Amino acid sequence: MMRILLALFAGSLFGTGLMLSGMTDTAKVQGFLDILGDWDPTLAFVMGGALLPMALAWRLAEGRKPAAGGSFPAPPSADLDRRLVLGSVLFGTGWALAGLCPGPAMASLSYNSWQGLLFFAAMACGMMAAPWFIRHLDRAAANA
Amino acid sequence: METDWIWGLGGGLLIGLGGAVYLLGNGRIMGASGILGGLLDGSGRNTAAERTAFIAGVIGMPLLIGLLTGGTPDTHVTSNAAVLVLAGLLVGVGTRVANGCTSGHGVCGISRLSLRGISATAAFMLAGILTLAVLRQLLGVI
Repeated sequence: MMRILLALFAGSLFGTGLMLSGMTDTAKVQGFLDILGDWDPTLAFVMGGALLPMALAWRLAEGRKPAAGGSFPAPPSADLDRRLVLGSVLFGTGWALAGLCPGPAMASLSYNSWQGLLFFAAMACGMMAAPWFIRHLDRAAANA
Repeated sequence: METDWIWGLGGGLLIGLGGAVYLLGNGRIMGASGILGGLLDGSGRNTAAERTAFIAGVIGMPLLIGLLTGGTPDTHVTSNAAVLVLAGLLVGVGTRVANGCTSGHGVCGISRLSLRGISATAAFMLAGILTLAVLRQLLGVI
């Protein structure tokens, strides 16, 4: 029960932050990526603001256990594989096309009209198709 | 607007606070694509309850704020259905293939100086910058 309440609380903070920061406004997100246009730096402030508590949290996690049990994630791997780069390029392209990434797509579901629902449905389909895509990538890599 | 950066910074702090609660409380990395994707493809079956609770917060809190204040921000989202479908598919597949998005690789990865997180963020930002440079500035189609 503790884990569920903490998850609900974390999600509420995340959703509120996305809404208030302006990151559910696709014009601001595209404005940040559109460096040749009328550049909008807001996303950099959001990222900077988010990194501060998070960096502190990683520090606090050292030598401790999570409050609701379990263990902390393993130290990050330094493996830069094909999946990481290819997936990120596909993601970045879609992100720029609509100005939405998974967090804001969820946070704005209640006020993003049919467009937000359509994007979310397509994103959900993409996520369900991803395991198939990954299997083919791995097979192609094994044959190469 | 001139106050946009203050809202950005404040909202960003809340986002990071959410990530800190999820990490220090549940021991998990707050990645939007991983939390949702694991529910959709069945890989997160064992943690379905906390994933669902997290998503309920992400969707529900803005809904609640909208109902209480009677106002929600403008999203300026495109009405081009083909663009929305293509973009959604790319975001869905891409984030799961790369195992993370702006929150997981970006916020959570960069804040612990993860080489994978930093590289993924550089890759999706560069791809996004290129996409807008070509499709908006060069061709003027989006």
